[in-house]
Amino acid sequence: MNRSVSGPRSRRSFLTLAACSAVLAGCREKDGDTGAQAIRLGLFGALSGSEAGLGQYTDMGATLALEEVNAAGGVLGRRLEMVREDNRTMAGESATAVKKLLSRDQVVAVIGDGNSGRCLEAGPLCQAAGVPMVSPAATNPKVTEIGDCIFRVCFTDPFQGAVMARFARETLHLSKVGLLVDASAPYSLGLASVFRERFAAEGGTVVSEQRFSGGDKDFRAQLTALKSAGIEAVFAPSYYHSGGLILRQARDLGFDGPMLGSDGWEAPELLEVAGRTAEGSYFPVHFSPENTDPLVAGFLDRFRRRFGKPPTGVSALAFDTLQLIADALRRAGSAEPPAIRAALASTREFQGITGRISMDSGRNARKPAVIIGVRDGAFRFLRVVDPGDPGRASS
Amino acid sequence: MFPPRSQRILLAVLAASALLSAVSGRLNPYFLDVALGAGISVVLASSLNLINGFTGQFSLGHAGFMAVGAYASAMLTTTLAPRLGLSANLLQWVFFPLSLVAGGLLAALAGVAVGAPSLRLKGDYLAIVTLGFGEIIKVVLQNVDAVGASRGLTGIPSHTNFFWVFGSAAVTVYVVWALLNSTYGRGFLAVADDEVAAEAMGLNTTGYKITAFVVGAFFAGVAGGLYAHLKGYLNPGGFSFDKSIEIVVMVILGGMGRHSGVVVAALLLTVLTESLRQTGAFRMIVYSVLLIVLMLTRPQGLFVWPLWSKKEGRP
Repeated sequence: MNRSVSGPRSRRSFLTLAACSAVLAGCREKDGDTGAQAIRLGLFGALSGSEAGLGQYTDMGATLALEEVNAAGGVLGRRLEMVREDNRTMAGESATAVKKLLSRDQVVAVIGDGNSGRCLEAGPLCQAAGVPMVSPAATNPKVTEIGDCIFRVCFTDPFQGAVMARFARETLHLSKVGLLVDASAPYSLGLASVFRERFAAEGGTVVSEQRFSGGDKDFRAQLTALKSAGIEAVFAPSYYHSGGLILRQARDLGFDGPMLGSDGWEAPELLEVAGRTAEGSYFPVHFSPENTDPLVAGFLDRFRRRFGKPPTGVSALAFDTLQLIADALRRAGSAEPPAIRAALASTREFQGITGRISMDSGRNARKPAVIIGVRDGAFRFLRVVDPGDPGRASS
Repeated sequence: MFPPRSQRILLAVLAASALLSAVSGRLNPYFLDVALGAGISVVLASSLNLINGFTGQFSLGHAGFMAVGAYASAMLTTTLAPRLGLSANLLQWVFFPLSLVAGGLLAALAGVAVGAPSLRLKGDYLAIVTLGFGEIIKVVLQNVDAVGASRGLTGIPSHTNFFWVFGSAAVTVYVVWALLNSTYGRGFLAVADDEVAAEAMGLNTTGYKITAFVVGAFFAGVAGGLYAHLKGYLNPGGFSFDKSIEIVVMVILGGMGRHSGVVVAALLLTVLTESLRQTGAFRMIVYSVLLIVLMLTRPQGLFVWPLWSKKEGRP
């Protein structure tokens, strides 16, 4: 112990030396630039760590699109190339990974992580570099507010409120709806306020609004109040753990009208908790494999053949993200980031797997949502709903 | 006439990092990020080394202290600084270091809060208490809306540069080294070697342990502040148990209670995870295998060779 504390001279100078050499060693690695022919895109995502599923399915979707674009002759007569970087699902890693993509790999566009937090970390770097970043699945409104280089292909949280308002009015022909809102979740509050506004604009009335708090297990008081207000349906934007209990308790109280939710309900756990009481509930999602559109069927088939397993929603979104970037490259006629950015911003009616995509002025995708209904204990594709004039809702 | 050798080294490192800082703008941003990340790891590992290595305690809460410092200093630079209307230079060279120190002090306070009631525990028990502390910090941050809750804190100015990182690293290593070489500091080693004997000799062992915790937590807080202003974004998820383990691994690999070994291990492990990006999907597997191999071949620490110290050979 004694010697280690004072430490011989040589060891201390070694400290400085080692520090320098370690830094330099890092600097030397991998310096060659690959052929200037290929157009290089970057992807950063959670390819390992606790959310590895999200990142890997994103990667698979983008890879399939990349291979199809290249098989069809590439873009602007050049091949597309995609550099993947892993952030291990760790905060702090995305910034490093994106700095590498931007400065070492000199990518012209970045496909972002599916998680909003990690996009908020990497977004300002892309914005500062002027390189467009498109996230397949970051739904938090803050992400695209970073700046004019940040886009998304999914819809935002509040956007779903508009979708459900139109669905309730036009498909279910409801006129009196009660809201059950999680007051501790900005997600739930945002959806509810948009729903209230849009539902009224479509000619319906929100009769009553009841609130609960995140971890609550008992919703009987709120549901009883809603029921006695004479509602036809309940809209309860929430996550599946609350959603399952709400469904069960609503039916226990003898309410048999439609139950409307949000994409937080898309989890098998919802069915486990609610069981048979989930029948007759509806919520919006980004993508359903049961969609009978031939485009979707073709994608499912090609994905299965390439990777040996069915895609998830985020794979479809990532597929569309890469196709959208390729489309922007074609329209821009150039592989310069500012031109790609401008082309992305002017995307109109791009036909993707997850619907016809247009970019609104906030760089959020304007597109129809898929409504899922619960029937016979399973999530069933019901229909596609275009919320109409949704630019306002997604701002 | 001249300051002692150790202080000359400290001054030399400070001067070198100031010089490098002046030219670092020309460095590739990615390499700069990796280099600065490595420097921050040195601060973290050296400060944890005081607790885990020299004082023989087992703390798993270092990421928690780091989080306290990171959020405290980031809140200062994002909310207070704009109201003061300082110039950019003043912000980077005066306000930022002050916010780092403030973050460090708050983390040190957290160190007292955790240390005082729990340091009578030993070994595994202390590890579990500190682990719990780290998780509590994370969960609290995830639920406080003022700091962005689980969405994270955005828009933190990037004040962190070469000088602040390597300057802090040099100061940390120096303070830990000087503390241990002082008359008072020998007590840390006594506590680590045999707590009962140390107490019998009249040492206030709890006092030593709290001191180690407070000093360690302070520098962890400073490292957190540097990290916040390097990444420009904070998310509570980044201060999980995994992060604490990462720092513990650096300390163990460097050889518990070795100054240079821990510094080199911190630099090496940070640079290694980045240079392994070339291996693509196998990155974390290669990294883990390397850790296992290193641990099997050098259980006494990376840089403990007979060359450096005649007393220690291979066990």
